[in-house]
Amino acid sequence: MSTSVAVPRVSSSVAGQVRTIARRSIARTLRQPAVIIPNMLFPLFMLAVLSKAGNQATKIPGFPTKSYITFVLGATLVQGATSAATLAGGLLAEDIEGGFMNRMLLTPASKSVLIIAQLAGVLIVGFLQSIIFLLVGLAFGVTVKAGVGGALVLLAIALLLVLLFGSIGLFTAAAAGSLAQVQALTGLFIALMFLSSMLMPRNLIKHEWFKTIATYNPFSYLVEATRSLLVTGWDGQALALGIGIATGGVILALFGAVIVLQRTLERT
Amino acid sequence: MTRSLGVTLGVARRSAGKLARNPGPALPPLLIPLFMFAAVSGALSRVSGTKGFTYYNYTAFAFVFVLYMAAMFVGVFTGIEIAGDYATGIGARLMLAAPRRLAIIGGYLLTSFVRAAFSLAVVWAVALVTGMPVRGGPIDIAGLIALALMLNVATTLYGAGVALRLQSVGGGVLIFIPVFMVMFLTPAFVPRHLLTGWLNTATSLNPLTPAMESGRGFMADAPFHVVLAFAANAGLVLLFLVWTITGMHKAERGPGGGRSRRPRRSKR
Repeated sequence: MSTSVAVPRVSSSVAGQVRTIARRSIARTLRQPAVIIPNMLFPLFMLAVLSKAGNQATKIPGFPTKSYITFVLGATLVQGATSAATLAGGLLAEDIEGGFMNRMLLTPASKSVLIIAQLAGVLIVGFLQSIIFLLVGLAFGVTVKAGVGGALVLLAIALLLVLLFGSIGLFTAAAAGSLAQVQALTGLFIALMFLSSMLMPRNLIKHEWFKTIATYNPFSYLVEATRSLLVTGWDGQALALGIGIATGGVILALFGAVIVLQRTLERT
Repeated sequence: MTRSLGVTLGVARRSAGKLARNPGPALPPLLIPLFMFAAVSGALSRVSGTKGFTYYNYTAFAFVFVLYMAAMFVGVFTGIEIAGDYATGIGARLMLAAPRRLAIIGGYLLTSFVRAAFSLAVVWAVALVTGMPVRGGPIDIAGLIALALMLNVATTLYGAGVALRLQSVGGGVLIFIPVFMVMFLTPAFVPRHLLTGWLNTATSLNPLTPAMESGRGFMADAPFHVVLAFAANAGLVLLFLVWTITGMHKAERGPGGGRSRRPRRSKR
């Protein structure tokens, strides 16, 4: 993947800066089908396997649905969103490693814009990906308990999750300044996904030690927020916890990324 | 012959030395299976109480999957290491020094085998310390470990074949994802008779399934399809040995594949 070496003409207005950097981010993100396609196919593969393999779990007394694919689709949306971290973070890390960010600091562009506008590409890819996941789910018998409005809110939450993981990727890239560190996030996210309530509702987990891990794991709340719309309908508490954690995470990660970027650029 | 042995031992020593200096890359193939063990046995253990599940213990059931994963992931990461060595030109230099080029792969294979044995020991220790019951005797356990090590050899050879053909770190995805997918297309979470539809068909056709079921038979002191499992694993080793040998031939011919680079004369 070649990095753009030419510094784009940057407007002095914030809106102009956002437009320029966002357009570049979208173009660079869409130029990576080798990253986008596996990131889209892998969660769909896991959805296909888990929806069949997990059917036995629906026989457990108290399991909230008779359709495991409906149960696990929420986790698939979260898993798909995690790829935003490597996509957005990878591009920022390339910009830092290639010296593009250093050159951008010579322009009137503000650091906040340089960071935040990088999310434009993953937001588009993430939104399309979430629609595909939902449509595949619906084609294979998923029902949205919260109705059409619930499906729209589900897509909005999926977009928020893309923003969250994209921001975490940007923070990691800004802090480490290296592509390898950003790619290490993939393994961490897979581990956190499996250590959450992704496969089983927390109240049905048999082992107390695992229930404790899942309770303290923020991924559980992200999964439960999306799942609630599919399985239980409008669950205010699940939605508030999931949206709250995601929004808090976005603010912290972006704020942190802007702060650490300068230090990393001085170091590199 | 002695010189080839020297090459094999030299490559193995270099690979082991690299890990001793920087043990970071050795952690993911060990940690991912341990996370998976915690996640599957922790989240899904209630499945053991459902109708049709007759295995003696869910943790032991999940353990065989995790043990194979530990052995195979070492092979995957060794394949990625080979790809890295060839991408940076070290592979080409090794080929200049080795009279028989397959001795180079022998060195990687040796390191992978020793690392896999270490990984299996760690996974066993964690499982036993956390109270996993084992019904099989020493011969059963030896059979289970032998199956796991054969899968390590087969996966390392598969990874080596891909690495020799692509000679790029980007080829890591083509090593990791197919192995991951094949692993999940086995009766990983529930026995095969509880799987329905396409997943049941896929697991029945998967050459890894006999090893999975036989391994669980060893754990339960109820040997099952032992000959079939060893034959299937031996078949995989042979198949991927041929894959590696042909990959080495391609690598020996170089990027142009040994074909003449002279432009053909156009017909007038």
